[in-house]
Amino acid sequence: MIKRSIFRSKTLPYFLILPQILVTATFFYWPAVQGLAQSLMRSDPFGHRNTFVWLDNFIALFTDPLYLKSIGITLIFSLSTAFVAISFGLFIATMANRALKAKPLIRTMLIWPYAVAPAVSGMLWLFLLHPSYGVIAIALKNWFGVDWNPVLRGSDAMIMVIIASAWREVSYNFIFFLAGMQAIPKSLIEAAAIDGASPFKRFWKITFPLLSPTLFFVMVMNIIYTFFDTFGVIHTVTQGGPGGATNILIYKVYQDGFIGLNLGSSAAQSIVLMTLIISITVVQFKYVERKVQYAG
Amino acid sequence: MRKLSVLIVILLTFCLFFSCAPEVEESAQVAELKKQNAALQAEIDELKNKIAELEEIIAEAKPVTINWWHAMRGARGKVVDNMIKAFNDSQSKYKVVGTYKGAYDEVVNAGVAAYRAKKQPHILQSFEVGTQTMMLSGAIYPVYKLMKDAGYNIDWSGYLQPVLSYYMNADGNLMSMPFNSSTPVMYYNVDLFKKAGISPLSKEKPITWDELGEITGKLVKSGVPGGMVTAWQSWTQVENYSAIHNIPFATKANGYEGLDCELTINNPKVVKHIARLKSWMADKRFFYGGQKYQGPKAEFIAQNAGVYIDSISGIAKLKKAVKDFKWDVAPLPVESWMKKPQNSIIGGASLWVFKGHNKKDYKGVAAFLKHLARTDMQIYWHKETGYFPITLNAYETLKKQGYYKENPLQEVGIKQLTRRNPTTISRGLRLGYFIQIRNIINEEFELVWNDTKTPQAALDNAVKRCNIKLREFEKIYE
Repeated sequence: MIKRSIFRSKTLPYFLILPQILVTATFFYWPAVQGLAQSLMRSDPFGHRNTFVWLDNFIALFTDPLYLKSIGITLIFSLSTAFVAISFGLFIATMANRALKAKPLIRTMLIWPYAVAPAVSGMLWLFLLHPSYGVIAIALKNWFGVDWNPVLRGSDAMIMVIIASAWREVSYNFIFFLAGMQAIPKSLIEAAAIDGASPFKRFWKITFPLLSPTLFFVMVMNIIYTFFDTFGVIHTVTQGGPGGATNILIYKVYQDGFIGLNLGSSAAQSIVLMTLIISITVVQFKYVERKVQYAG
Repeated sequence: MRKLSVLIVILLTFCLFFSCAPEVEESAQVAELKKQNAALQAEIDELKNKIAELEEIIAEAKPVTINWWHAMRGARGKVVDNMIKAFNDSQSKYKVVGTYKGAYDEVVNAGVAAYRAKKQPHILQSFEVGTQTMMLSGAIYPVYKLMKDAGYNIDWSGYLQPVLSYYMNADGNLMSMPFNSSTPVMYYNVDLFKKAGISPLSKEKPITWDELGEITGKLVKSGVPGGMVTAWQSWTQVENYSAIHNIPFATKANGYEGLDCELTINNPKVVKHIARLKSWMADKRFFYGGQKYQGPKAEFIAQNAGVYIDSISGIAKLKKAVKDFKWDVAPLPVESWMKKPQNSIIGGASLWVFKGHNKKDYKGVAAFLKHLARTDMQIYWHKETGYFPITLNAYETLKKQGYYKENPLQEVGIKQLTRRNPTTISRGLRLGYFIQIRNIINEEFELVWNDTKTPQAALDNAVKRCNIKLREFEKIYE
């Protein structure tokens, strides 16, 4: 017998979801619609002159080679950060799952970085990797003779922001992978071990497929994180430089809108960004989710 | 039956007696009371009138609040607070309230948002690159007009002209009140100079760029890892380089005379200058330390570079940070062909007055701006922050007091700024989307420094990209 409470009133359910709808409408739909309206206008910062310009802002964006470059940079940054964060998270979770002593302590220590805000994480890595005052950077230069210079070289700067962004996300992924692994029945792995499967094979044939729902979830979350939350890292570490090499879309929105006060273009960029992330997520659900095995 | 009627009559008589007699007495009392009441009422009315009168007086005596949003925090914030306090204590009609709203761009953003919500402050501090945007905003009350309307007859020639000229419109009228102004100078490591056998530099006569090339060469030869670094490369190496050598940065008198201006920074002189810096990179006489000041400053403090170009506001920072070597300040180098170098240009911020308040408030705003320009206030401001005093009076007084004998570093910037009257080219820059333009210049320079582009190609591209931005800006105000 399943116990079920049924609301007879027709209005009550609507009433109950009203607070959530209000919050979503105020903080998402209303600004989104405003953004959409702004993206079709050319206006001065103080709101005295608003001209409706149809799609001029979008046309200007897509004929600007730098904007297209920025999309490319964002994709590279996003995929690499997600890849680094997921693979490290998975690796550490595998190791931590096998640890015998001090498991809770190790777990807590590894989860810690997630409590650090992206901007703080950025500052931290800047103090380690800045060519003028970074501890690691100076060590690299003096002991290993590596010519590390993220202030000047775009590729070095990209590596630096990827490390700073992924570092924090590794912890997030770690939590989910660890939880996912603990849900895998030990008997399966033991049976495989008796059948003579190597640890490597056991991981790829049993643990990894059973982790696929977690992996999928983490992937979606990581991509969204790299598109939006990494703003703090970019702002503190490179400000989009050198030569625009780390100018990801979300940072460009901020630069053009809030610093440059070009509101029309900035709004158009947010619309593009929103469309992009929605379509990426839809694609993920459509194609990647098929390969996910939810049942154990 | 008779008995009853007698009783009734007696009763009635009683009633009559008792009811009539007191009534007679009472009516006399009531009349008395009514009289008293009327007297009291009159008194109350009189008091009420008096209260209303007093309230009016109080309302008039209650100070008018004037809001000022600024970007000054830490030590500078304290100085600003003290200047406000001095004004508030000096009179009781107005009360200025200063609020720190974040960095420069955040203050401007807060002002824009507040203006759109019709909650704008009276005074907003905006940085120099936002000048064009503020000027065209249609949201401001020009300072020259404000002062005139408030009955102040100000002799603007008593102000430092290169500072004023940055904030004037094409007709020479002052649009905003200069507040904090600085200019770039050259810092050098005296100890490293000595070791390399270079004599100290003059604080007044600039060296040439060729001489700087020799100096940085000697420095590198003596074992210093690098020759020179520069902060804010667009401001120091293009904007100020152009002003000092009287080279137009943009057409239409650097944008003062029309929104349809175009950049001209891909001219042979600037290209040659950038190419020279690039060639110095090969033998470490110059190296790149980042767009802002943090990186280059760190290199100078770590003695990785012997020469460092940055704003005069760096004096205070270096005084605090440098412990293990002696350093000094010299004017920016000039080209050997420039016999009479022009003034350098300023950076910093000015105070804009928003429209939409009432007349009484604006009287207070004008009084406050006048207060800020007072000699004692300017001296205090200059001594505490290192920013220029904006009046000649304050400058002369400081000179007389011997302040610059004790603090010779502080005068290098002022002398460089005032060595010649500004021309239409060296008076400043008036460009829309200036922040984006600086970003573009930064980006293109970085592509020169990391060998992706030649100086000519990078500057050509910078001009092309900036002109697109300028056209976009122009369209808004068509």
